[in-house]
Amino acid sequence: MKADGGAELVRLLHERLGDGSPAPGPGPVAAPDLTAAGPEGRTARTELALREATAAGEWAFFDHPMLALSVAGSPAYLEPDAIVVHPDGGWTVVEIKSFPMVDGSADAAKVGAAARQAAVYVLALGELAGRHTDGEERPGGAARAAGDGLADRTAARGPEGSGGDAADRTAGGAQAPGGPLADHAAGAAERVRHRVLLVCPKDFSNTPTAELVDVRKQLATTRRQLSRLTRIEALAAALPEGTTFDLRLSEDGRTATRPVEELLAAVESVDAAYAPDCLAVCELAFHCRERTRAAGAVESLGRGVRGELGDLTTVEAVLAAARGEAGDAGDPAVEALRRAAALRSEALAAASYGGRPVDGGAAGCG
Amino acid sequence: MSLITTLARMEAAGDGHARPGATVRHRHLAERPLVLVPLTTAGEAGAPLGALVGTDREAPRLLVVAQPRDRDLRFAFLADLADAMLPYFEAYGDDVEAAERSEADPETGKKVKVEVELCADAPQLLVPSAAGVEYVRLLGRSMRFRRTAEQDPDTPYPAPPRVPLLGRWLTHIGERARVPGSSLLLAMTQVLARHWTTGQSNLEDQHLGALLAWIDPPPGTTGAEAALRAELARGADGLLTTPPAGPATDPAFDNRRLAPAIARYDAARAEVLDAARGRFEGDPGAGTVPPEASGAGSARARQHAAHEALRAAEREVRELVASQLRPTWDAVWHGVDLLRALPEGGRVADRWKRDRWSYTAHRDRVRAGEPPQPKRDDAVTAAQKLSARETAQAQLDAQEALDDPLVMAGRRLAGEAFAGEVSEVLMTYTEAKVPRPRPLLTIRTEDRPYLEEHAKVYRALADGRTQTGEFVAYEPGALVVRVTGGMGRGKTPEPGSVPDKGDRVCWTLFEHAPRGGPELPDPEHTPWTHGGPPVASGAGAGGADTGDSGPAPVRAFEPAAAAVAPVAALAADQPDPVTSEDFL
Repeated sequence: MKADGGAELVRLLHERLGDGSPAPGPGPVAAPDLTAAGPEGRTARTELALREATAAGEWAFFDHPMLALSVAGSPAYLEPDAIVVHPDGGWTVVEIKSFPMVDGSADAAKVGAAARQAAVYVLALGELAGRHTDGEERPGGAARAAGDGLADRTAARGPEGSGGDAADRTAGGAQAPGGPLADHAAGAAERVRHRVLLVCPKDFSNTPTAELVDVRKQLATTRRQLSRLTRIEALAAALPEGTTFDLRLSEDGRTATRPVEELLAAVESVDAAYAPDCLAVCELAFHCRERTRAAGAVESLGRGVRGELGDLTTVEAVLAAARGEAGDAGDPAVEALRRAAALRSEALAAASYGGRPVDGGAAGCG
Repeated sequence: MSLITTLARMEAAGDGHARPGATVRHRHLAERPLVLVPLTTAGEAGAPLGALVGTDREAPRLLVVAQPRDRDLRFAFLADLADAMLPYFEAYGDDVEAAERSEADPETGKKVKVEVELCADAPQLLVPSAAGVEYVRLLGRSMRFRRTAEQDPDTPYPAPPRVPLLGRWLTHIGERARVPGSSLLLAMTQVLARHWTTGQSNLEDQHLGALLAWIDPPPGTTGAEAALRAELARGADGLLTTPPAGPATDPAFDNRRLAPAIARYDAARAEVLDAARGRFEGDPGAGTVPPEASGAGSARARQHAAHEALRAAEREVRELVASQLRPTWDAVWHGVDLLRALPEGGRVADRWKRDRWSYTAHRDRVRAGEPPQPKRDDAVTAAQKLSARETAQAQLDAQEALDDPLVMAGRRLAGEAFAGEVSEVLMTYTEAKVPRPRPLLTIRTEDRPYLEEHAKVYRALADGRTQTGEFVAYEPGALVVRVTGGMGRGKTPEPGSVPDKGDRVCWTLFEHAPRGGPELPDPEHTPWTHGGPPVASGAGAGGADTGDSGPAPVRAFEPAAAAVAPVAALAADQPDPVTSEDFL
């Protein structure tokens, strides 16, 4: 996929964009070397290379760049699959996934996850673009760095684009005359494209296909979530002194030498809001589920369950309230529960199904 | 999830035993269902690894792809699958009964009754889980556009005719499975979860092993314990004791057992090729040649050994795949047993009849030589399907409630129905020239339906008809309803059509046989919002690039089918291009 310095990928992107930007030349596109020591080094290298490539005004392909994003007051290093720099100075995040796109559509859940992931990269790139602009002493735009759709599109249809595809191809990928000018007009605000390129296998083959995915919504969500995150210092302050989740790996880097009890105690010191959805995404989910079940919390049966139960939070409390042993009869939740219990037992009795559930043939028709 | 279901979940979680979620079976269960348990290769869309298939629980047919990346082996697998499945689908096509259907007369445009065939029974395919249903759709999509040597002598990998045919059947039942209440293709987890309520979340109910453990735990354990074991327990070899129901496999199995076995198979195959080459080239240097043996003899011996090794390696992969499939196969049949023990709901046969219509219609399309289903539905077809599904959902909701007091209890709790004892019957009449009976019933009930004056209510009569009524007024602890229909034509109501004092009655606020919304316009009046009227067949279809579409397959459609499937869509439905690294 990324062979020839991502030429195939850039070609796909250009084809999907269809915005009249100059077509990449027949040979490999520029693919700067991004190797450096450590994440900080790689981030700095990426930033520098991005600046150079943007100034060059040509298609450029960044394989596994490294970006930094501040999460809850601490830098997190991100590694997108690729970034493509457009001749007009725009940057597009590329996300390569292994799930197939059959007849132009893919599993919605997986596409959603990919879009959320890419949105984080776009956000990180936006921060970088802000710094980039400041460095070049261009006014404004830093705060709006990512995701200003309208302006982005106008930039993409800049004056040099009117010539259309064919004309540009004859230019052989050389820098269009209007390039730098358009870049100035658009400014850095629109530098990071809010549409990411999702690359998937096409149908049942190994040939790639790509689709542009608009991540503005995911961007807004992520930005809001990041702004609401409690800072790490505050989180750490709430923990007992000396809490650590270090596995104390042995020299082979695989075996944990830390005693299970110690680790368990450390994990226990942190609250968890378990919901069954966690099982799909989190390695600690089984642990949290065990704890939630042991505590009899209703969330172990699904997030939606809470809605109708008012302030009854444990299975025991719900059952007691339904049986009429506890709970305030004036509470609408308790009242509804008792009504539900009465209706349910009436229906089961009517079907002569009553009592214990699962002895196969005992079911009679009501 | 309604409060009644939530409560049942809590009860189940409280003591670790599943609770009934229905008192009757709401899905048709065929006498002889076809069970398919597929496995797919991790990380590769639709590259099958193996499958167990069959109608006899004691003798499933095992199909395995020893090297899932090998296109020839994969195609052989699909051909075998078609061998195993297609006869089952086609077997129901010849046993027909006469039925009537109203069709628009092509000349007058009036609806007229036509005598048509309706298949007396239809096939039913059972898969373990919802992912299995998705996989059936994927298989259908990958198979139905395959070309046979007859259609196109130049096609690089011609398929036997039964392969695209099975693809069309799988596509059809995969589409049909989207219709609520249909039973041509059922996922065992979904059906079981419909009929039993466990003490775990919906999400965890997707695990067939855990779900069955809740419903029918081994003696001496609670469902909760058994489910936990089914989910997490691993044997001494690190593999799950209850392998996932697929089509995805357990990663530990992939890494520790399957990958090495496939590597051994690859090595054995390379050796076979090598040995064959050695023999033809008469190369005595290849392999371990005993010095006293003659060149040809040793080469033959080597070849023989290589073939032996290949067979052994293949057998190993087959056994491994079977070991993952067999527990799921047994689990599906276990589920069938549990479901069979439930009595069938009264209106299930009515829904199954619709499945039979669906089966018959597809049989007719296949026999008429129509092309495979398009890759994408055009706007008109999509709108029709959507509206049909909405209607089916409304019907299913009503029918399940009428069949099952437990479902009705949920509707009563939601204020969509009420039941109680008739405490008073007051005979009144309309003031028309021929007075009609309009008895007023006072019904004692604790249900609190949300009713406005003159709101329509419905009641199922013993003979299956629906009686209508209208709400009159609330009284303390009771409701007054005026019966407006279902009493016959006479001045006095037919016997039994008006409840007596002391009878228990159940009225619903929802219709019992809801019909869909307004009819869709004819295809030639499709509004521009839906792509406009279909382009006349033949020349220049808009949108799709028909220029390079190659030789068009022979297409003979019924006019109706041509109308709902615009040419543009058909032209786009050329088989998938063959690339050097196809998965399927």
